Amino acid sequence: MYKLFLRSLISVFFLLGFSLNANAEFKVGFVYVGPTGDHGWTYQHHEGRNAVEALGIKTTYVESVPEGADAERVIRQLAQSGHDLIFTTSFGYMDPTNKVAKDFPNVKFEHATGYKREHSNVSTYSARFYEGRTLLGHMAGKMTKTNTIGYIASFPIPEVIRGINAMTLAAQKVNPDIKTKIVWVFTWYDPGKESEAAQALIDQGADIIMQHTDSTAPVQVAEKAGVWSFGQASDMQRFAPKSILTSIIDDWAPYYVERSIAARDGTWKQQDTWHGLKEGMVAMAPYNSAMGSDLVKEVEQLQKDLASGKVHSFTGPIYDQKGNILVAEGAVADDGMLAGMNVYVKGVEGDIPQ
Amino acid sequence: MSRSIYFLTPVLAIFLTLFGGGIIFFILGFNPIEALKFFFITPISDLYGFSELLVKATPLCLIAIGLSFCFKSNNWNIGAEGQLIFGGIVGGGVALLFYNHDGFYVLPIIILSGAIGGMLFAMIPAILKTYFNTNEILVSLMLVYVAKLLLDYLVVGPWSNPEGFNFPETRQFSESARMPILFDGLRIHAGIFITLITVFLSWLILYKTYLGFQIKVSGLSLKTAKYAGFKGKTMIIIVFMISGACAGLAGVGEITGPIGQLHRNISPDYGFTAIIVAFLGRLNPIGIIFASLIVALTYLGAETAQIFLQVPKYTGQVFQGMILFFLLGSDYLLFFKIKFLGLKKNEL
Repeated sequence: MYKLFLRSLISVFFLLGFSLNANAEFKVGFVYVGPTGDHGWTYQHHEGRNAVEALGIKTTYVESVPEGADAERVIRQLAQSGHDLIFTTSFGYMDPTNKVAKDFPNVKFEHATGYKREHSNVSTYSARFYEGRTLLGHMAGKMTKTNTIGYIASFPIPEVIRGINAMTLAAQKVNPDIKTKIVWVFTWYDPGKESEAAQALIDQGADIIMQHTDSTAPVQVAEKAGVWSFGQASDMQRFAPKSILTSIIDDWAPYYVERSIAARDGTWKQQDTWHGLKEGMVAMAPYNSAMGSDLVKEVEQLQKDLASGKVHSFTGPIYDQKGNILVAEGAVADDGMLAGMNVYVKGVEGDIPQ
Repeated sequence: MSRSIYFLTPVLAIFLTLFGGGIIFFILGFNPIEALKFFFITPISDLYGFSELLVKATPLCLIAIGLSFCFKSNNWNIGAEGQLIFGGIVGGGVALLFYNHDGFYVLPIIILSGAIGGMLFAMIPAILKTYFNTNEILVSLMLVYVAKLLLDYLVVGPWSNPEGFNFPETRQFSESARMPILFDGLRIHAGIFITLITVFLSWLILYKTYLGFQIKVSGLSLKTAKYAGFKGKTMIIIVFMISGACAGLAGVGEITGPIGQLHRNISPDYGFTAIIVAFLGRLNPIGIIFASLIVALTYLGAETAQIFLQVPKYTGQVFQGMILFFLLGSDYLLFFKIKFLGLKKNEL
């Protein structure tokens, strides 16, 4: 008899302990599309997570979650296992995030680079990477000898087209003869395809290689071929020390810290965040001294002006490929136009794949 | 060799995998018992988890059943992934055609067209093999990439969602084109019935029909089949058609079930994983059901183990690899006798 009593007592304690454990602690979950060691997109989100963890907040991550039917289960499992705030860090998680958010109104969700906020507990966030592209364009325009810039692009979505246009506009400002050649690889991460694309662009006369993909393959190809390149998402300098002029760094840490604290303290509110150089979500890696101290100074000044809002990446007059005016002289493109951008500016070669 | 040992070796392989997995967890610095518990028990400890297991096992089982027809008759169809994708493309195309159409007939038409799509795609390696003597392993494998690239092209270009800012995905299908959900709040859908019916039909064909007899005899000895006067070519084409139709059904089940649209990642390599499932299940319909559940569990377990213990997610694939390794290893020891030949010096 007393054995039974003891057993039930133990199980009650276990249940109590378990439920206390599940309720008490504030936890943040992260869903990654790639491996944490990709040295690009996922790597930087993971760095952001580390910053949250450093505050003493418990975090969990799941890496390499395919953007198909599995994503919903992973997000739901995180919500179910007591996570209070969940960051889903790839576009393909947009619909699953909103679906799970509907069933867990007390859990907060943050979806990167998406546009759907169907429930009040879903926020979206992205970075104004195009501001970094403006700086790259300035450097590329000054550094190129062949007046040809090679651009490895992933998917023809507004974010990528915005980057191509911002870069081209800035390059044209310092070098009117500039031409941008693009190879679409239709992947975010495929070292094989990316290095083939880089080689093809170099063979076509590009002496500057930049990428909107996540692997370090293109900068390594550029290093071998002896042309200039720019890193993407994280500081890729150590993979191509001679070739890299700088890298655009996605710094999610301040945002993740801010939102985690807000969710913990109950001040979290739905919002659509689009931060840039000013807030530090977009940062630049150290500039390569090989480009000369004058150019470094110029670029540093431009970076300050972009951050303060004195200079805007898309200042008119801007023309499309056929010569139609997109932004009038003196005006700047508004966020709505930037968010839906789907035409190339003058000077970009080829057509957007449709 | 007794029949029971033949069916017990997969169980042995699973136990060896658990043991090997425990050692790996231990080396990685985790408590092996706890890690294995999070890997194999926690994922299915509630109703939602169990339904997810079925959601994951449904396509694996369906494809593996189809593959068993091919493998039993010595036809090596490695391209089920491509047939799944092509079935998804055809089914998805029809679903987009019926966008904003209501009617009970919409879903059956989509499912049927998906099956036909997979079937036609599987007939390419079959016809090339029977009439041009090509190697079906190579042809079916290469066609996987053809199907993938075709899907890429369609979702980036002509079929992309007109309101989707050029993101590589189609519209969400209308409600009439979606598999009915069986229970509120769970993702388990009517596709499971298709799978169960297919399992039953395949049992009927394999064990109760002349075609099934032909398939088995051809698998055991092609020469015997020839002497018996079986028409080899027709049979090869039929087994590929069955296999392709099953893969196509799996594809259409995914896009009308849990996904609800076409995009580039409609399958996390189900077509390849199903090869493991087919062999683990001993090419037997009932065995394949169990095998698909176990392999599906390795996927779920990898996610849970990472959520709770931060075990690297790739351990799931390591487990799948280990199961196959131990199965093939024990088969080798079952079918062959190891004989140590003492070599004399002058023989070297």
